Amino acid sequence: MNLLPWTIYLSFAGALLALVAGARSAAAARGIALVTALASWGVVLVAATGFTPAPKMVTLVDAPWIESLGIHYHLAADGISLVLLVLTGLAATAGVLFSWNIKERTGEFFAYFLTLIGGVYGVFLSADAFLFFVFYEIAIVPKYFLIANWGSTNREYGAMKLVLYSFAGSALVLAALLWIYAAGGASGFGLGELTAAAATLGRPEQLAVFALLFLGFAVLAGMFPFHTWAPTGHVAAPTAVSMLLAGVVMKLGAYGCLRVALPLVPDALAFWQPAILALAVIGIVYAGLIALVQDDFKFVIGYSSVSHMGFVLLGLGAGNVRAASGAVLQMFSHGVIAGLLFAVVGRMVYERTHTRKLADLRQLPLHKLLPFAAVVFVIAGLASMGLPGFSGFPAELAILIGAWQTSPFWALGAALGVLVAAAFTLRAIQVSFFGKDDRDPVAADAHHHYEPISVPEKAGAFLLIAASLVVGLKPDLLFDWITPALQSPAFQAVLKGGTP
Amino acid sequence: MNIDYSLFFRAMQPESLLIEAALAIIILDLTVMRRKDLSARLNVASLVGALAVALAAVLALRNGAMGEILNGVLNLDTLAVATRVGVLGLTLLVLGIGTGGARIRNPAEYVVIVLCAAVGFMLMASAQQLLLVFLALELASLSLYVLAGFDKSRPESAEAGLKYFLFGGMAAAFLLFGFSLLYGLTGTLDLPGMSVVMAATGFHPMLAVAMVMILVGFGYKAAAAPFHLWAPDAYQGAPAPAAAFIASASKLAGFVLFTRLLWGSASQGQMLGATPGWVPVVWLLAGASMLVGNLAALAQSNVRRLLAYSAIAHAGALLLGVIASGRSGPGPLFFYLTTYGIATAGAFGVFHVLENQGGAQKLKDLAGLHRRSPLLAGCLMVFILSLAGVPPLSGFFGKFAVFAAALSPAGLGSPTGWLAVFAIAMSAVGLYYYLLILKEALVRPAAAGATAVKVPAAAALTLVAAAGLTLIFGMFPSLLLRWF
Repeated sequence: MNLLPWTIYLSFAGALLALVAGARSAAAARGIALVTALASWGVVLVAATGFTPAPKMVTLVDAPWIESLGIHYHLAADGISLVLLVLTGLAATAGVLFSWNIKERTGEFFAYFLTLIGGVYGVFLSADAFLFFVFYEIAIVPKYFLIANWGSTNREYGAMKLVLYSFAGSALVLAALLWIYAAGGASGFGLGELTAAAATLGRPEQLAVFALLFLGFAVLAGMFPFHTWAPTGHVAAPTAVSMLLAGVVMKLGAYGCLRVALPLVPDALAFWQPAILALAVIGIVYAGLIALVQDDFKFVIGYSSVSHMGFVLLGLGAGNVRAASGAVLQMFSHGVIAGLLFAVVGRMVYERTHTRKLADLRQLPLHKLLPFAAVVFVIAGLASMGLPGFSGFPAELAILIGAWQTSPFWALGAALGVLVAAAFTLRAIQVSFFGKDDRDPVAADAHHHYEPISVPEKAGAFLLIAASLVVGLKPDLLFDWITPALQSPAFQAVLKGGTP
Repeated sequence: MNIDYSLFFRAMQPESLLIEAALAIIILDLTVMRRKDLSARLNVASLVGALAVALAAVLALRNGAMGEILNGVLNLDTLAVATRVGVLGLTLLVLGIGTGGARIRNPAEYVVIVLCAAVGFMLMASAQQLLLVFLALELASLSLYVLAGFDKSRPESAEAGLKYFLFGGMAAAFLLFGFSLLYGLTGTLDLPGMSVVMAATGFHPMLAVAMVMILVGFGYKAAAAPFHLWAPDAYQGAPAPAAAFIASASKLAGFVLFTRLLWGSASQGQMLGATPGWVPVVWLLAGASMLVGNLAALAQSNVRRLLAYSAIAHAGALLLGVIASGRSGPGPLFFYLTTYGIATAGAFGVFHVLENQGGAQKLKDLAGLHRRSPLLAGCLMVFILSLAGVPPLSGFFGKFAVFAAALSPAGLGSPTGWLAVFAIAMSAVGLYYYLLILKEALVRPAAAGATAVKVPAAAALTLVAAAGLTLIFGMFPSLLLRWF
C-alpha cells in the first residue's frame, strides 16, 4: 500500500522525461510513456494484492505542508480509491497504446498526457481537500492542450468549452471549500476537519454549501443540464484523450461528489435527493435519446457516456450502500467500456476511413474491411448495453435495485434508459459496421487498402475487453473492496441521513 | 531628540548602495564605456546595477527587522524587510529581462532610473511619516514616468509616458490634498502619532474627505477601476521592461504602503482603517476593477493591453486582500503581490524578447512560439497559468490565501465574503483570455516565414529563474508565508 504515492511521482517524472526525450525521438517518448503507464499500474496492482478491505482510509503519507492554514500533504486510500486507481492505470496504459500513431510533437503529447494521469492518481489518493483540489486542477488544464493540439473536429472550440466548464465547476467547489473553512473556523483542510467545521454552520448555509460542492463536481461528471461540454469535448479530442476523458476524468467529478461533497455535509443529501435523482434520470434518458439520432459516430458515444454517467449520479444520489457500491462499480465499468468504444470509433475506424458520418460509414462494408474493429465494437456495444457477463450488468443492476429502495419512480425511469441505451447501441452497430450488404463486390474492392489493425491497438482492445469480462463475471472482486469502504463512519453518516 | 545616526546609516545601507551604484554607472558610462556600442553599454550598466541590487538584498536581509529608526520616521518591521527584498528581487528580474534589447538609446541612464525607482519603492515600504511617504512615492513615480517614455524611437512610448505622467500627477495632487487634511486634523505627520490622536478624537467629517482623496489617489496609482484608463495605453506604449516594472515592483510597494496607511503595523493598531465608510468604497473599487478588467480583457487583440486589463482585474483582487489584511495580517496580500509581480514581469520579459526580434504586440504574433522557441513558450505557459490561478503555480495559492482571508470569519455573512465569491467566479472568466494567449503560443502553427527566436543568455536565465520561483512558491508557499 505504501507504494501507492509513487503512482503520482512516476507519472510526473515520466511526463518530464517524455518531454525531454520527445525533442529527439518520438519513439523514445512513446516508450517512456508506455513504461511509465505500466509501471504506475503495476504499483497499483501490487498494492492491491496486499490490500485488506476495511471501513477506513489507510494513510499513506501525512506531512505538514502549509502550516499557517493547517494544510497537510495527506495521501490515503480505501477500497473505493483502489478501484479507481486500478481503472486509471488501465485507462492510461490503453490510452498510450491507442495513441501509438501520434507523430506530431510526440514528446509534448505524452508530457501532457502523463501530467493529466498524475493529477488523476493524485485526486484518487488525496485525503486533504486542498490537495484534492490542487490535483483536480492539474488534471484539468492539460486537457486543453491535448484537445486543441491533437484533436479533430472543431478542436479549439471543444477544448475551450470543456476547460471552461471544468474550471467553472471547480470554482464552485473552491468557493464552497473556502466558505466551510472560513465560516466554520476549521483548523485545516483535512476532510474530517472540514466535516466538523461544516457541522457548525446553520442549516441554510449547509444546504447551500452542499449544492455548490455537488454541482461543481457534477459538472465534470456530466450531469444534466451541464453535460454539453462532454460530447463536444469527446468529439474534438484525439482518441486517447477521449478515452481518458470518458474513462477517468468524468470519474473525477463523480468521485468528488462521493468523497468530498456527500461526507462534508452528511445530512444535506436528504434535502437535495429529489433534485439529484431527477437530474440523473433525465440525463440518462435525454442523453440516450439524443444519442439515438446523432449523425456523427463519435457523438453517439459521447452522449452514451453522459447517459451512463447518469447511472453513477443516480447511484450516489439514492443514498444506500447497494446503490453507492453500484455507482463505484459503474465508474469502473463505464471507464473501461467507454474507453473501448472510443478506441474503436476514433482510432480503428476514423483514422482509416477519415469519416465519422454514419451516412458515409453506411456505404462501407466495414465488417468485412475491418473485421477486428467490428468484433470489438460489437463486444463493447453489448457490454455497454449492460448484457450479463460484462461489468456494466452488475453495476447497473446494483444501482437500479438500490434506487428502487429509495424511489421506485426514478428507478423505473432509469430502467427506461437501459432500453434507450440498447436502442442507440444497436443502431450504431447496425449502421456503421453492417450498413452495406457484404455481397456487393464493388464496395468491398474499392476500400481494401485500409492498413491492418496494429499490434498496440489489438493489445489495448484485449486489455479493456478482459477487464470488463473479469469484473462482469466476478463482480465481487471489486464489490469486496467497495462495500467495506462504504461502512466507514463518514459514509455511514451520509447513508443514514446525517445521523451517525 | 536623541538620534542614533549609526543605526540610521546601517538601516539605509541598501538604499545608499543603490544610489552609489547609480552614480558609478553614470561615471563608468561617461568614461570607460563612452565609445562602445549600445548593447555593450547596456550590458555593463545592467551588470553593475544587478550586482548592486543583489548586494542590497543581502544587506537588507542581514540587517533584518531593525524596528523604528530616527525616532519612528522609518519602521523596519518584517513587512518592510520582506517588501524591500521583494522589490529588489523584482528589480533584478526587470534588469535581467531588459538586457539584449538594443532599442534603448541611453542605456546607462535607463539602469540608473530603474535603481532610483527601486530606492523609492524601498522607502515606501518603511516610511512612517507622511512627508517621507509622499517623497518616496514621488521619487518612484517620477522615475516610472521617465521609464515609460524612454523609448524615443516609438511615438507610443512618448504617449505612454505622457499619459502616465498626467494621470499620475493628478493622483499625486489628490494624495497630497488628503495628506494635508490628515495633518490639519491631527497636527502630526507621524503615522503612529496620528493613530493615537484619531483614536482619542473619534470621527470627524473632514476625515472622510481625506480618506476619499487618499483612496482616489491610490486608485489611480494602482489602476483600479474607474481610475484605470491610463493603464492599457501605458502598458502598451512603454518599453516592455518598464511596463514590467510598473506592473510588478510598483504594485508591490504601492499596495504595501496603502495597507500600512489603513491598518498601521502590528504595534500600532488601526490607522485610517478605523474610519467608518471606507471599506464599502474600497469594496466597490475592488468589485468594479475585477468586473471591468476581466470583461475588457476578453476583447483584446494586443497582448500588452490584454495584460493591462488583467492587471486591473488583479488590482481588484489585491484591494480585496487589503480589506482582508485588517484581520488576517499582511501575509496573504504580500504573497499575492510578490507572486503576481514575478509572473507578470516574466510575461513581459517574454514579450520583450519577441518584440526585439521584430515581433509586434498582436496576439497572433505569438503563433508557433512552441516551435520558434520552446524555452520561451514553456516560460510563458508557467507565467500565464500562474496569472490565471492554476495550481500548483504560485498565482493559485496567492488567490487562495487572499480569498480565505476575505471569507474569514463570517463566510458569506459579510459583504467581503460575497466579494471573494465574486472574485472566484471572475477567475473562471479570466481563464478564457489567458488561454487565448496560450492558444497562440502553444497550439497555433507559426506564420509562414517565421524564424526561430534567439534568446539572449541573461534574459533566458532570468526567465527560467522567474518560472522556477513561480513553481517553487506555488508548491511551497510557506517559504514566503513564514515571514509573517
